[in-house]
Amino acid sequence: MAKILFFAEQRNGELRKTAAELATIAQRLAAKTGGTASAVLIGPDTHSCAEGLGQFGVKQATLITDSNLANYSTTAYALAVHKLIDKINPDLVLFTASATGRDLSPAVAGLAGNQVYSDCTQIDFVGSTLKVQRPVFAGKTLMNIAIDNKIAFVSLRPNSYPIKENACAISVDEFDPGLDEGAFTARVTEFKTSEATRPELTEADIIVSGGRGMGGPENFAGIEALADTLGAAVGASRAAVDAGWRPHSDQVGQTGKTVSPKLYIACGISGAIQHLAGMSSSKIIVAVNKDAEAPIFKAATYGIVGDLFAITPVLDAELKKIL
Amino acid sequence: MNIIVLVKQVPDTEAKIRISDDGKHIDESSIKLVVNPYDEYAIEAALQLKETHGGEITLVSLGPAGAVTALRTGLAMGADKAVLIKADDSRFMDSQTVANHLSKVIKEREFDLILGGKKAVDTDAQQVGSLIAMDLNLPIITAIVELDLNGNQVSAVREVEGGAETVTCQLPAVLTCEKGLNEPRYPNLRGIMMAKKKTIEEKEISDGGIAVEIVSMEYPPQKAEGQIVGEGPDAVPELVRLLREEAKVI
Repeated sequence: MAKILFFAEQRNGELRKTAAELATIAQRLAAKTGGTASAVLIGPDTHSCAEGLGQFGVKQATLITDSNLANYSTTAYALAVHKLIDKINPDLVLFTASATGRDLSPAVAGLAGNQVYSDCTQIDFVGSTLKVQRPVFAGKTLMNIAIDNKIAFVSLRPNSYPIKENACAISVDEFDPGLDEGAFTARVTEFKTSEATRPELTEADIIVSGGRGMGGPENFAGIEALADTLGAAVGASRAAVDAGWRPHSDQVGQTGKTVSPKLYIACGISGAIQHLAGMSSSKIIVAVNKDAEAPIFKAATYGIVGDLFAITPVLDAELKKIL
Repeated sequence: MNIIVLVKQVPDTEAKIRISDDGKHIDESSIKLVVNPYDEYAIEAALQLKETHGGEITLVSLGPAGAVTALRTGLAMGADKAVLIKADDSRFMDSQTVANHLSKVIKEREFDLILGGKKAVDTDAQQVGSLIAMDLNLPIITAIVELDLNGNQVSAVREVEGGAETVTCQLPAVLTCEKGLNEPRYPNLRGIMMAKKKTIEEKEISDGGIAVEIVSMEYPPQKAEGQIVGEGPDAVPELVRLLREEAKVI
């Protein structure tokens, strides 16, 4: 009979895809244990988002609409969630391991004198014991953990759980955590929307990445064109980032982002162990590299040996024919 | 301006990780251990702040006796002193316990700022900085890529999905550092020589840690062996066919 609370992320009144993932998993765990799943949303314009969660089988959502919470503040958001937890006493509190979730979840757990099991890729109840699996060393090994805490805080890796629609009626109530000015110790004063029109690396279904073999920043135009044909995100290896060809935020690997898209296309990437750690959980991996001995081919589902500058334009053209 | 920098010694990112015989830990016998890469950004940020504002930089680490090597590296980069909270087999110690031990040491000192890496690249838990901030009731900004300090006013930029946030707070505060914040310097010979004279205070843990209940460690599932579709642009149509008909991903 697990009582589950999950933090549903939204931006500007739009539910994030990861919120649908969390809703699906929370609902599944609740159904398995004969318990309940409810969502918490923070922000002034969250009512329609909350209703959207009904699509995934969630029957209850609580809104915290304090206008001071329009902009994100770690401590204020954490206190707001903490006070709601005090009120409803959940057994399990779920977050997405997004940039915001990874910032918020340890603060919420910390306020309860607890810790968070972060970035889990598997979660299930076995009896009353919560079992999670989390990749460590960027996925070089996986850690299985059994949690018997009275309350557990868990964040789940984006893009690791399928979304399942299961429409139902959802009841929405509001909660006023009664925050004072002292709660807002750090606050967001400006949000600069990125100009990129491509999907987020961590949420993308398809990623096209370039490495040292790209030879220079100007050559990424070909990768970007291919990505746009596929509706994909653009990634880069550490070598390409350290050379200054791509921004740090594009880096895939142990000191960059860990990704698990359906399709990962690695162009001119040799496959250093720290890069493989960050992308090897991709469902299908395509490698294009002129060195037939490159380690990336060991990780790849499909490989083409040859000059990427000759291959990627043809790939782009072939894909355009069918997409 | 007195700055505390949190440091963890971790396996090099190029290291192959092998699970130990008990199936619950990793075999560290032949692994190269380094300063956690994200902590290097924190040390560099501290050094740059010290160059402008003066003050003292204290490194604080929790780890086995061998972690002094990581602290020596930080001292060689230019930090002034270091504290090692000695705890064997602490790589997977639960983060709240780690944070408690670190907080206890931090509380004994005067500080204006606590810096740390965004996360340690071994456990990838990404929370010790936040837990310390909650414990000490301080503002926290995580994963910063830009830092600006004006008097007591901190302004930092962090990247999130869909954009970048500018976050402000007052000192004292906890900030954790993301790649892109700066380029960490390499210790030079003079730094290495000077580091040998700097003090590393060692503390023993008296009350022991609560370990996370690790049931087991495992390797990620082995993928079926892949295939080389062909050579050069001629192989592209077959690749596209496989992606569509066999893998069904486009």
